[in-house]
Amino acid sequence: MAAAVATMMPNLGQQISSKNDMIPDWTSQEVSTGTTIMAVEYDGGVVIGADSRTTTGAYIANRVTDKLTPIHDRIFCCRSGSAADTQAIADVVTYQLGFHSIELDEPPLVETAANLFRASCYRYREELTAGILVAGWDRRKGGQVYCVPIGGMLVRQPVSVGGSGSTYIYGFMDSNYKPGLTKEQCLELTAAALSLAMERDGSSGGVVRLATISEDGVERRVILGNQLPKFSTH
Amino acid sequence: MLGETGPEWTTEEVKTGTTIIAIEFAGGVVLGSDSRVSAGESVVNRVMNKLSPLHDRIYCALSGSAADAQTIAEIVNYQLDVHSIEIGEDPQVRSAATLVRNISYKYKEELSAHLIVAGWDRRDGGQVFATLNGLLTRQPFAIGGSGSSYIYGFVDAEYRKGMTKEECQQFVVNTLALAMNRDGSSGGVAYMVTIDEHSTEEKVILGNDLPTFFDQ
Repeated sequence: MAAAVATMMPNLGQQISSKNDMIPDWTSQEVSTGTTIMAVEYDGGVVIGADSRTTTGAYIANRVTDKLTPIHDRIFCCRSGSAADTQAIADVVTYQLGFHSIELDEPPLVETAANLFRASCYRYREELTAGILVAGWDRRKGGQVYCVPIGGMLVRQPVSVGGSGSTYIYGFMDSNYKPGLTKEQCLELTAAALSLAMERDGSSGGVVRLATISEDGVERRVILGNQLPKFSTH
Repeated sequence: MLGETGPEWTTEEVKTGTTIIAIEFAGGVVLGSDSRVSAGESVVNRVMNKLSPLHDRIYCALSGSAADAQTIAEIVNYQLDVHSIEIGEDPQVRSAATLVRNISYKYKEELSAHLIVAGWDRRDGGQVFATLNGLLTRQPFAIGGSGSSYIYGFVDAEYRKGMTKEECQQFVVNTLALAMNRDGSSGGVAYMVTIDEHSTEEKVILGNDLPTFFDQ
């Protein structure tokens, strides 16, 4: 949807500048969480992480975004794609899950939350652009990570990355993840992977937000730009 | 039945989907590539060697359109032969890279190929040059091709200055294996060429000898 500007003068020949130059591109571009998101299972919980950049075209609309959204006490989602679409879906699922949990009179399962995301993402797949990681802890299966990419598939994976920056870290993730890592190792792996992606992807950047979800609760932390792990190239 | 055009791949451009890498060490370079050539979804050659000699101690790695890349390599091979006869000694790696860059830049609208040029010469030792889109830049290592997107994070994290020849060879093999696992347009076997003052050594690593990772 381009910004419509009425010009009174007919366009005769070349103009040095037009009214349209005064209105930057990004006012007419969709807001997207460009993004790198990641989630890792460990024995007893999950570690989730995301960058903090939201862009409209080339403008960074929010450089300290929180893309780790609580859905329930021990269930979070990591959002990538259209900011509006993912926020709307997350709100719907939060409501549905809250209602379901009251009906059950016990904490909901992570798999249930993931299925609710999948139901919305698949039904409205033509209209939506949303890539979501659902991660959390429940009593039945412990820490779990479910991936709901664009199109509305659902698959559980021990480790998953998403968003535009994720392509750059598939190799790093494949070589550095092993089953049986501790919570601290998962946190280090996630922070390192996100930093690498943020270095390479123009749509990812800012700070690294991390969260650990386990039986004991949710622990959040932020790693600021100057404290990110550094890698030497060149 | 009417108007049947045959399978898609007969009309699709042939691309070396590819992952290519070159890295320098003290005294030489190591180049690596996968071996898959695709036309659309079909693999038309699963054992193509994308590491092409430009001179005795200078090789280039091909990616992008197979026809464009091969043609550039052949033309530069010829130009380097003439040049090296003219100067009466082995050409510099920078000269080879400049010749590649000149073609890539002049015909940048028509061509879609990226060549990484690497080799050893007496003056500056091992060198790696990237010539993407017609620029020319010397780098400690370079990656290219469709599979390279997936390994930027890995090479950024793992590369260290001052690696030995064996460490570089291991680095190249690991990197290729990771990219070949994730990129649909890369696969097959891994070709590796090690160039130093004394020799140019070509090696093939077959599929089952490649490193495997946690989900395989």
